[in-house]
Amino acid sequence: MKNTEEIFLILKNNFPDSELTLKTDIPAEPFIIVSPFDVDKISLFLRDNSELQFDSLMCLSGVDDFNGQKIKDEAGNEIMQGGTLSVYYHLESTSLRHKVVLKTSTSRDNPEVVSVSEIWQAANWHEREAYDMFGIKFINHPDLRRILMPYDWEFGYPLRKDYQNPEFYQGMKVPY
Amino acid sequence: MGLLDKEFSDGNIIITTTEDLFNWARLSSLWQVGFGLACCAIEMMATSASHYDFDRFGVIPRPSPRQSDVIIVSGTVTLKMALRVKRLYEQMPDPKYVISMGSCSNCGGPYWEHGYHVLKGVDRVIPVDVYVPGCPPRPEALLEGLLKLQEKIRNESMVKKST
Repeated sequence: MKNTEEIFLILKNNFPDSELTLKTDIPAEPFIIVSPFDVDKISLFLRDNSELQFDSLMCLSGVDDFNGQKIKDEAGNEIMQGGTLSVYYHLESTSLRHKVVLKTSTSRDNPEVVSVSEIWQAANWHEREAYDMFGIKFINHPDLRRILMPYDWEFGYPLRKDYQNPEFYQGMKVPY
Repeated sequence: MGLLDKEFSDGNIIITTTEDLFNWARLSSLWQVGFGLACCAIEMMATSASHYDFDRFGVIPRPSPRQSDVIIVSGTVTLKMALRVKRLYEQMPDPKYVISMGSCSNCGGPYWEHGYHVLKGVDRVIPVDVYVPGCPPRPEALLEGLLKLQEKIRNESMVKKST
């Protein structure tokens, strides 16, 4: 059983070229920040290393950090330019009974993160949901389609904080 | 019964009008489309089960819209599902009736403001005969809604549909 600091040191020694940061000064549990293009390598290592054995991806969540620049569009609505979208990975080892949280941030204008669906099958639908709700593109995902919204939904990603609901969808009025 | 037992002659013959006979037949065996949408569907299933026994009013779930008379929209109608609900309704033969069950189906319910995915009332896609309020409505409320629908059918005319 290892805590996040020990896991961070193991990762640091095995991935000297990767940008890895440990974040502990928060009221919630500490997490490790990784680069969006190293997620797959680090995840595979976390799963297969005999000291770590993270065999279970408990949750994969998208987050809109909403930390860019607020501007007004032509219609006068406030939209966000720049800033980041994040993905959080909650991992657990069912054999060694320890947990860790990974975070990766990607640019809001072209959000791309490497998929981990080949490493944990559970990630497949979670990544589709993050794509559906936030528009984060998962590179190497086998089937990156919308999962909850209609397949022909062309009005953006509903959980982004500057999302505007359309007036009509397929002839049906959407607002109350 | 009410409508059919108005007049009996000696030879076990019932005298009534065609309108009353048709209305009686229609309201006494309302087969519902066997489908549910959300938590209201659980209450609807409870209404069908032995304790509340929907079957005593002639309501049985029919697994085909083409052989159904009533569609009970039991739950949150998402925009994605609304197109399917509309198609189910269009596949039903006339005369057909709609019961909107629960707040979501009536007006969007708790999703009325921030539900980016919810149709704010099923009456935006299909015409509703009876609205049953509640979140979710208890089986008694759904039974009351069915009795209201039966009342409506009982007063229908072949010339003009009652409102």
